[in-house]
Amino acid sequence: MTPLSTILWTPALAMVLLGFVANYRLGALINILACAITFVAGIAMLSGDRVRSDVFIIDDFNIYLILLTTFIGLTTSIFSATYISHELEIGKLTPAFLRFYHALYQAMMGAMNLALVVNNVGLLWVGVEVATLSTVMMVGIYRTPEAVEAAWKYFILGSVGIALAFFGTILIYLVAQPVVGEGLPAMAWDTLLKNSAAFDGKLLSLAFVFLLVGYGTKVGLAPFHAWLPDAHAEGPTPISAVLSGLLLNVALYALLRFKILLAGNPYTLNVGMIMISLGLISLIFAAFMLYRRRDIKRLFAYSSIEHMGIMTFAFGMGGPLANFSGLLHMTMHSLIKSAIFFAVGHIAQVKGTQRIAQIRGLSVTHPALAVGLALGVIAIAGMPPFGMFLSEFMLVSTSFARQPLLALALVFGLVLAFGALVLRLQNVLFGEPTGPRGGVKASYVPLFIHLAIVLGAGLWLPEPVVRWFRVVAAQLG
Amino acid sequence: MSSLQFDTAHLLAGGMLVLSLLLLYQDRILATLNVFALQAITLSLAVAWQAYAQDAMHLIVTAVIALVAKGFIIPAALNRIVHRLGIHREIEQVIGAGPTMLTGLGLVALSILLVMPVNVGANMLAREDLAFALAVILLGLLMMITRRNAVTQIVGFMSLENGLVLAATGAKGMPLVVEISVAFSILIAFAVFGVFVFRIRERFDTVDLSALDRFREGRRHVP
Repeated sequence: MTPLSTILWTPALAMVLLGFVANYRLGALINILACAITFVAGIAMLSGDRVRSDVFIIDDFNIYLILLTTFIGLTTSIFSATYISHELEIGKLTPAFLRFYHALYQAMMGAMNLALVVNNVGLLWVGVEVATLSTVMMVGIYRTPEAVEAAWKYFILGSVGIALAFFGTILIYLVAQPVVGEGLPAMAWDTLLKNSAAFDGKLLSLAFVFLLVGYGTKVGLAPFHAWLPDAHAEGPTPISAVLSGLLLNVALYALLRFKILLAGNPYTLNVGMIMISLGLISLIFAAFMLYRRRDIKRLFAYSSIEHMGIMTFAFGMGGPLANFSGLLHMTMHSLIKSAIFFAVGHIAQVKGTQRIAQIRGLSVTHPALAVGLALGVIAIAGMPPFGMFLSEFMLVSTSFARQPLLALALVFGLVLAFGALVLRLQNVLFGEPTGPRGGVKASYVPLFIHLAIVLGAGLWLPEPVVRWFRVVAAQLG
Repeated sequence: MSSLQFDTAHLLAGGMLVLSLLLLYQDRILATLNVFALQAITLSLAVAWQAYAQDAMHLIVTAVIALVAKGFIIPAALNRIVHRLGIHREIEQVIGAGPTMLTGLGLVALSILLVMPVNVGANMLAREDLAFALAVILLGLLMMITRRNAVTQIVGFMSLENGLVLAATGAKGMPLVVEISVAFSILIAFAVFGVFVFRIRERFDTVDLSALDRFREGRRHVP
């Protein structure tokens, strides 16, 4: 078994196996084990050979995302084990549904890995679609009217996005077919890249518009984001963590692959400008929306829209520094946001509610969770010494050097979001204590590992990592 | 390419577009389902014709799926659901039939203007098919936007998907078309299943303020 086949087959086999395991403890254990094997295989891929065939491609760009995806998949599965056992105790979930839940978790992980490693734009689409569908079902798993509504909305908007992305993929094939010839090579990403200069610029631009709207829906960019807050708020919290931390990244990854393709053709429209506008709209819109949230998971869902906007802005700017900051931001956001959802999941469990007004005085009742949440919020707001400060600082400084007006808008959005988070969370942490104290069965390890990595990255980025990001940033153009 | 091949493909794709426009102004659910079934059957004919014209026999699978699943099984299943939920009369349109049709015409013009100037090599058929397919897709989207009811929303999505299959089969030699059309059928089956199990009657979106209040911030629902 090569590492590549391991990261695809382990989730697939585990999914089938988990479908038959009735005992939820065993199921959670197998889930963690499968994620651990996938993560180890992900590490092994670093030293393995760089595959490049009609179907698979491994390069610096996706290997970094595979590592991130498998790592957060593992930590989330650990968090999920404690989270889910609590949900069972209070009767929100039944063991029969858990079987389903664990199998779907692996389905989603496998589909995301598939989307990341394939070289074929059609298979890339399949991977994103399967990952989306499995999360749709997990969002609706509580079967409350709100959860069903959220799942339905996610399903409809996600499907429309998926359909438009597929139309874009057909157009990509049509644009490549006269140059490359019929069949599989005309959908292989690296063949497309080699020949992209000879493609028809108009049709390629049209294809990108569809891909942008399609995958952009999955990224959660502002005019197409409506599914995102509901899906985050009504589903189980581990799913919110992987949605924000991973699935949004995978969709953005797909978009960036196509952006690289367009950069090789001189006759296409200016993709960067469109991405910058969408990114800024998402950032500023989400920053304003943060002020009116009353549900804690919804609050952080809007914060995800904000950060996906920042990344899209960074990649739209392009150039070595902005791309570097975009990649760093992607990593930091995944780690911090999933850590925040780990904390928020346990907080919502101990307080028995997701409403911000009813969660108060956490620093008195549950100090460890309060510390975790506070550090997470400081980190996500872009404060030093955490890693996100670094990426935001780089992005702001490079935009000031190149496009001062855009930089002003960017800073405006960042400050706005910062204010909202501080305002909203002050009472949660330091208000008059409510509800029971102590008695929490939480998994602190994933939470604090994520925060430690983010802190470490903020204090000192190791030289190999910097070099690696530089290479990928150059590849992104 | 002979002119018979071209004309037949053109006729079938054009037929799908006409049926898409017909779907837009139906004001009863059962009629909507019938028109949709007709569109799916036309699609299967169009795909079968492409299979013959391109000499790509695997496309027959796609044609058969379109005929059996979308032409008969899914409309029949939706028919049952409509009777069970007792909603066979009500269709709420957000926008009236007149403005909807005008918007639809605009979308058809838009897709022709978008696709016709591009250069797809020597493959004329692909371009014409693409223009029709894009129009069917946009009309499907329009239908999803203008209807409130979950069943008609699924019909809109399926009609959108018909356009996608038309475009994919029109692209000569495109790989994975059959697999993806199977995947889409599964997706739709899930949607139908979801409506049935959860008895979803209404769609939920930001236009419907009462749903928004109940849902977004947990205020009391005012019926």
